[in-house]
Amino acid sequence: MSRAGPLFRMEGVSKRYGGVRALDGAELTVNAGQIHGILGENGAGKSTLIKIMSGVVEPDEGQMVLDGKEIAFASPAAANDAGIVCVFQELSLIPHLSVADNIVISNPPKRFGMIDRKKQRAIAEEALARAGAADIHPLALVKDLPLSRRQMVEIAKALARKPRILILDEATSALTASDVSKVFDVLKRLREEGLALLYISHRMHEIAELADVCTVFRNGSNVASFATGTKSGNEIVELMIGREYKNVFPPKTPPVPSERPPVVECRRLGWADQLKDISISVRAGEVVGLGGLDGQGQRELLLALFGVLRGLNGEVLVGGKPVRIGSPRQAKRDEIGMALIPEDRKTEGLLLPMSVRDNLSFAALDHVSHGGVIDGAAEKSRIDKMIRLLAIKTAGTDIPAGALSGGNQQKIVIAKWLMNQPRIILLNDPTRGIDVGTKQEIYQLLRKLADEGAAIIFYSTDYDELIGCCDRVLVMYDGGIRRELAGEEITEHALIASALNVEERGAGQAEVAGA
Amino acid sequence: MKDWKYWVAEQRGTLFAFATFVVMFTIYVSNHPAGFTANVVQTAANKGVLLAFVAMAQALVVITAGIDLSVGMIFILTNCLASWIVVGTPLETALGIVGVLLAGLACGAVNGLIVIYGRLQPIVTTIATGAIYFGIALLLRPFPGGSVNEDLADFLTGKIWGVIPVSLVALVVVVLVVWVPFSRSVMGRAAYATGSSEAAAYMSAMPIRRAKFLTYTLAGLLAGIGGLFLTFFTYTGEAALASGNAYTLFSIAAVVLGGISLYGGTGSAIGAVFGALAFRAIGDLLFVFDLDPLWQPLFQGVVLLIAVSLGAFGLLRVRNKLDWFT
Repeated sequence: MSRAGPLFRMEGVSKRYGGVRALDGAELTVNAGQIHGILGENGAGKSTLIKIMSGVVEPDEGQMVLDGKEIAFASPAAANDAGIVCVFQELSLIPHLSVADNIVISNPPKRFGMIDRKKQRAIAEEALARAGAADIHPLALVKDLPLSRRQMVEIAKALARKPRILILDEATSALTASDVSKVFDVLKRLREEGLALLYISHRMHEIAELADVCTVFRNGSNVASFATGTKSGNEIVELMIGREYKNVFPPKTPPVPSERPPVVECRRLGWADQLKDISISVRAGEVVGLGGLDGQGQRELLLALFGVLRGLNGEVLVGGKPVRIGSPRQAKRDEIGMALIPEDRKTEGLLLPMSVRDNLSFAALDHVSHGGVIDGAAEKSRIDKMIRLLAIKTAGTDIPAGALSGGNQQKIVIAKWLMNQPRIILLNDPTRGIDVGTKQEIYQLLRKLADEGAAIIFYSTDYDELIGCCDRVLVMYDGGIRRELAGEEITEHALIASALNVEERGAGQAEVAGA
Repeated sequence: MKDWKYWVAEQRGTLFAFATFVVMFTIYVSNHPAGFTANVVQTAANKGVLLAFVAMAQALVVITAGIDLSVGMIFILTNCLASWIVVGTPLETALGIVGVLLAGLACGAVNGLIVIYGRLQPIVTTIATGAIYFGIALLLRPFPGGSVNEDLADFLTGKIWGVIPVSLVALVVVVLVVWVPFSRSVMGRAAYATGSSEAAAYMSAMPIRRAKFLTYTLAGLLAGIGGLFLTFFTYTGEAALASGNAYTLFSIAAVVLGGISLYGGTGSAIGAVFGALAFRAIGDLLFVFDLDPLWQPLFQGVVLLIAVSLGAFGLLRVRNKLDWFT
């Protein structure tokens, strides 16, 4: 599908936010019929690049050329009209509208000036089918769908706009492995149809599988472009961070002796039809991973332990004694000492408009107040300690949490709970959509906390993390523990095979489905 | 799930409001000394439609996650204006009606412009503009008085074929002409989207400002229609502060009873209409049970609380506590 010239070219594009240069003389060439992978740490300028291409922000300088003509977009709608459509990482769906309403939202079919619902539904069904998500009902309200389904709707919505250049920004970060393979098939088909695709992801193996060419960004500029497969993973990471990349994962400590009593334990735990007969125990010093496809009950298990779910069967033991935890407030009390780092940091983890200080001390106010009055000095010393411990990059403790980068926001969510010095730490996919550097810091922090005696349960959708961080991994399937892997048994192969609930001898198939 | 189940899930608030109204009205009629007669229905309709118009106005704004505390005052202002100009020959009367409706429209448009371009909070904006509208009403009618085209008034408060209250027909026509096209238009969808998630609506390139402006403006128009009917029912104009305030607050109660979330993005103006009719029926229950009118506010408050709590019953079945907050 080669053409005379490139479909889209960007030259010398710069964008400044206040004193910060987000993009500095960036160049990018996009060809039709190609998947172009964009790599870079958070803050490298990828988001700004996409926002400029899709008309959300206007560049300070530089030019963009589409089909040989110079262009400038005043709004996302103008970019859409030119055929550039973006699937945003921050979901852009309207929660209270139906799937079909959302898919046609920017250009609904009209009849006599009103929206033609029949036609709208047909368009939605076609777009969902094209996105490989025909199982989603077009009349379902978006707010009732789980995150991974919403992301599929988001992709269908982009396809319904008939794009020529489709930009996917961390589009797979919320998807289950089976959805990812469906999306990949769709993207490959779109490439055959002559679309240009820009694919932004933190997951290296996705880029390796999908992209034809890659461009690496660092500090607002493109530092290298190359055909996929000509550079090793380590070389690419070095380009991204500009320094040598090693020891992503901290060394594992020797296994915790099995006679050490468990800190937290649950026996035959069940909830509705989403958790089935789950028995696990975690000892001090252990990092136990929860694996499996997304949506197999991992999130519910963490919420159940944290006292959010009602009507649980079975029992939970902390320090060997049966406990009933009725709310997060009870869970965080010193005699239980539990903390949950939630999945959706924007709604469950942070109060974005409030200051960094307020966000950090919310969960720990009991520890820094006397008779209901907050002790400012005690609060400050704890906060300073946390900011140092996690190396949070913030201009001060008074600025709103929403002004920080994604990685630093996530650090605040973690720090907030560490202020209580919990001994049981539950993490729900804490590294989703954050950059390599911050991830690395989080891995080291987890190991450090475990070494200091915490029991950690860590759910992740990234297999590399489970392999690199965990002493044991419990693979969940359909609400139950399908398999327990320990030490050397934790391999990508074993994780995928048990996640898909196939026997080892069928692993060849599993490799294909999960790749 | 079948299609109709999705429909029911989406319309739950409206259906609940309808059910509440049916229950309240059945209790009312079955205890009424005269029973289910055309006259009883006519009286109930004439009382109910005023609040229904104002509640529809409120509903439009609440769907965008805003609130309009000036609807009661627009209602009073247009009443006072109508008592001056909706008089005389049929042509003069017709021009008067157009003038009243334009006045309502203008009041709403001013609210919309200030909220959108002044970037002020709807609650503060409409408290201020509400006071201004009431001030103008007082200038128009320092003392109760004026008149209205009585032939038209008698027709609009009477019955067709001796059975169907005309005011009810007028309400249905307004729903069909104003609400239905709005809710099915791109602007209507943008209004819901804005109320549900303004950031997502913006990123989806929806016409947020125009949608908001349209909702405030239509709210003014609907409140104006309410004021016009008030004039037809009372034959006079009166700048009654208590009445304006009561209609504003009752409109919010009717909206909530009508299954519209004050956080925006859900519900329908039809729900608000039933919410308003149910609310009026609650007020009238005392009359049929022959209780001292002194008890009315207390009783009305208690029944309202119970009705709203019933609507929240679904929360008790929630097994994941995080669902409480969505």
